[in-house]
Amino acid sequence: MTRNISRRSILKGTAALAGAAGTLPMLPFAAQAADEIIVGGLHDLSGFIDFAGIPMNQIMLMAIEEINASGGLLGKKVKGVVYDPQTNMSLYSQYATQLALKDKAAVVMGGITSASRETIRPILHRYKTLYFYNTLYEGGVCDRNEISLGTTPAQTVEKLVPYTMGLWGKKVYTIAADYNYGQITAAWVKRYVEQNGGEVVSTDFFPLDVTNFGPTISKIQSAKPDMVMSALVGSGHLGFYNQWAAAGMKNEIPIASTTFGAGGAEIEIIQPEVANGIISCYGYYPTVDTPENKAWVQAVKKRYPEKTPLLTELSAFTWEGMMIWADAVRTAGSLDRVKIIEAMETGKTYTMPSGKVSIDPLTHHAIRDVYIADLQDKQFIIKKKFSQVQPADTQLVCNLKKNPDANKHYEISLE
Amino acid sequence: MDFSLVVAIELLREVAGLILIATGLAVIFGMMRVINIAHGEFMMLGGYTVVLTTKLGVNIWVAILILAPLAVGLFGIIVERLIIRHLYGRIIDSLLATWGLSLFLIGFVTVVFGNTVEGVSTPFSGLAIGQYTVAIYTLFLIFAAMAFIASVYLTLRYTKAGLIARATMQNPDMVECLGVNSKIVYMATFGIGAAFAGLAGGLLAPISGVVPGMGALLIGKAFITVVTGGAAVVAGTLSAAGILGTISQAVTFASGPVFGDATLLFVALILLRLLPQGITGRIFTRSV
Amino acid sequence: MLSKVSKDWLGAGFVTVLGLAILIFVPILFDLFEVLQMTKYVVLSLFVLSLAYIWGFGGILSFGQAGFFGLGGYVFAVAAINMGQTTVPFLIAIGACALFAAALGYFMFYGRLNDVYLGVVTLVVTLILWKLINHTAGPEYIIGKARLGGFNGIPSIPIMTLPWRPGQEMEPAQMFQYFMAILIAVYVLLHALIKSKFGRVAISIRENEVRTGLLGYDVRFYKLCIFSIGGAIGGAAGAMWASYQTFVDPNIFSLEWSAKCLIWVMAGGVGTLFGPIVGVLALEYLSFQLGQTELINNLIVLGTILIFLVLLLPKGLFPTARDLVVKVWRRRGGSTGKGSP
Repeated sequence: MTRNISRRSILKGTAALAGAAGTLPMLPFAAQAADEIIVGGLHDLSGFIDFAGIPMNQIMLMAIEEINASGGLLGKKVKGVVYDPQTNMSLYSQYATQLALKDKAAVVMGGITSASRETIRPILHRYKTLYFYNTLYEGGVCDRNEISLGTTPAQTVEKLVPYTMGLWGKKVYTIAADYNYGQITAAWVKRYVEQNGGEVVSTDFFPLDVTNFGPTISKIQSAKPDMVMSALVGSGHLGFYNQWAAAGMKNEIPIASTTFGAGGAEIEIIQPEVANGIISCYGYYPTVDTPENKAWVQAVKKRYPEKTPLLTELSAFTWEGMMIWADAVRTAGSLDRVKIIEAMETGKTYTMPSGKVSIDPLTHHAIRDVYIADLQDKQFIIKKKFSQVQPADTQLVCNLKKNPDANKHYEISLE
Repeated sequence: MDFSLVVAIELLREVAGLILIATGLAVIFGMMRVINIAHGEFMMLGGYTVVLTTKLGVNIWVAILILAPLAVGLFGIIVERLIIRHLYGRIIDSLLATWGLSLFLIGFVTVVFGNTVEGVSTPFSGLAIGQYTVAIYTLFLIFAAMAFIASVYLTLRYTKAGLIARATMQNPDMVECLGVNSKIVYMATFGIGAAFAGLAGGLLAPISGVVPGMGALLIGKAFITVVTGGAAVVAGTLSAAGILGTISQAVTFASGPVFGDATLLFVALILLRLLPQGITGRIFTRSV
Repeated sequence: MLSKVSKDWLGAGFVTVLGLAILIFVPILFDLFEVLQMTKYVVLSLFVLSLAYIWGFGGILSFGQAGFFGLGGYVFAVAAINMGQTTVPFLIAIGACALFAAALGYFMFYGRLNDVYLGVVTLVVTLILWKLINHTAGPEYIIGKARLGGFNGIPSIPIMTLPWRPGQEMEPAQMFQYFMAILIAVYVLLHALIKSKFGRVAISIRENEVRTGLLGYDVRFYKLCIFSIGGAIGGAAGAMWASYQTFVDPNIFSLEWSAKCLIWVMAGGVGTLFGPIVGVLALEYLSFQLGQTELINNLIVLGTILIFLVLLLPKGLFPTARDLVVKVWRRRGGSTGKGSP
């Protein structure tokens, strides 16, 4: 993992092994000191999406240090309790229960895939533990106990589609991962393409374990679209970009993506000569040109001179989650969950590395600035900025003012 | 016309892909009755070898064709000495131990190299066929797979080492009686199987994402190809890859990748029901 | 001198009493969080019993036991969401899995599949289920009120309701006791089955299939029965898992779950019922503890442990420990020393 192995952690590890040798008895958990506020972190630190989870965890710990350096909260120190769910949903549910009931966490940050969020969200709802989900996703969560800071398709796809159609043309070929996120994103792409007078010539879905895209590339060639919209996800799908370039298509048909570079790993793994020119739209890029962001990027580099975390929407919004929560605790003057939620629902605007952010009281999603960027040599060159974009998709299905007890992930239907 | 040529190339490419990923596993399974679950991770190591050495300035062909099999082959020999040699004749235990090895390797590579390593881009460009273009690298892969399986065949059929290997497959005790040290045979076999995996990983590196978990995406298909093929290394792999690859890729063209993969599994199921010892358990029984 | 019957039941009786003690005292002695944790181990123990039985006492090695686990979970989820209570869906799930196992068993055993090939067929069937269920993300995949949901799975599955009062959800402690009672019942029934004539024939099939066949037993039919019983138990465990987690996703069908089940049985000891339960407890508890530590990387630790387990304790944890106890006992002058099953 990311930190150096201290003697303490080795001792803890040995204790775990010893504990496992005797079978059933649970290790006694150290009682938490009453003068500490516990922040729970549930990010995948091993397993196939650890490239996203490790930076999020690093940034969360850095935010805790910063809060403590400026005097803590309510006169107490903040302490991070970090578990590694190992990309395993049953461990997710186990640790979420533990954070709520055993560690008495004041807030939990985490969950990366939608599946992991839908695993822990009901648990944290049931045990009344405030929850921040800081990942871009397909939209539709309606739960007063959760704050969702990531962008949703209505915030990004709505901007990306007209921009790229204006550059390249009206015939769009969509390729997407075959699960909830991909299906919903593809539906939004279709809606916005048609609204802008274009046509989606075909939409192909790929299971996450597909690695060979030869047949698809042939199909795209015969459809002759003006552009390809990619919502591919995961390491298997990375093969598409290499195979696309290998077939000589790189300079023939341009690609826009709602996912490429979102977690950051893609731009490290795929070579610039393959990835250059892919246009994306997210709520944060490390190249956002504001004093706040420049200072933050420097601070991250200073805190983690080695193994510097990838700065993406995911890690930047984890920082925002911590800061917004800390601000709400100060405003509320207590750790009472309802008071903290009410403090965030006032619609206060926060100035963050990504720009201006506020929490929409109706959906508990972020109203935020989004950017369109062109990837060149591993740098996102920002082309356009859109201010204060609403989470319009979730707003279609969710109204927490009218229905404060909602506890559901709606699938936003576009029929 | 152009389109059918493209489809034909893609069908061959799927067959070639199955041959590449399955041969190493088939050598180890066919000769030693050991199912190497870490085979996928051996391929991953091959991919990493290519990615890391080309970064240091090594020519990409040297990296793919020489360094990747060499490094992974040596690693395979070490693994055989440390772990596998204790487990001969214990097929299930070897499964468990190599499963452990596969987890270990994923974790180890993640810790040492991090989970993001810059990949290599594909050598060669596209070849125009009418309105289509096909990656020349695809053609190269098909050629490489054919050369690969042909060299295995020629070695088994015409060299002394091949003779010993075939004899060991049939009756290891008798081979031992005739004065051959079967320990060395097993060690070499495992090393060669691992080297094949390394070569396959190296060849696939330019057209896939090289990440610690990439082996898991490949092992399932490799395993099914080997078992469907049965005990004979060359005939089994060739026939199983041929049947499964052609049918599944044809279905993929017709109706998308989900049903392509499902069809591959379904055909394997039917074949195993009809030929319970694998294809070469019933047909081509005298082949290698 | 112990009679034959009491010798047969000595170890099992001890395990049963231990189980009943756990059933009664755990909810009193432990708090909510710990009871929830232990409920998980109870469900997984039932799951591992399904493989421990068919492999250890019928010689059928299934690489795809997760297929039944997942099918049970999904059938239960769909039925419970549509019916609003859980007792009937639970029975439907068990029945569906038994039928599915019987159909698959017919396909395999009457096709004379054997050995590793049989294992591969079970694996392939599970992979097909996994692929297809993963493909159900679109809105057209809906059964009654239940969306199948593809990769993301089915959320908000009802918690088990009291069998005598449908509509009344179980408290966590009640759920623990209910599941524990099921586990004990299945354990006792399996033990009785193993000690019956049917069980002895099954063991003789495991030891020598040809000879058993020549003695006039219909080997295929026996195997079919054993496999179906295993499927039913796996399905029951899957339904309980879905209800305990309140969600189910396609990964329940994955190679990982099938392999884990194999590993638990092997680690605990093939040919026993209690050993695999020990395997579950030890390995799952270990992986849970590892997630809380700051060790280098959990996969490295888990992988290393598996390798050492195979090399150093080839018989499995429980039989090794049992043999050790028996050995010490004998050396100290103890008399008859046949261990528990």
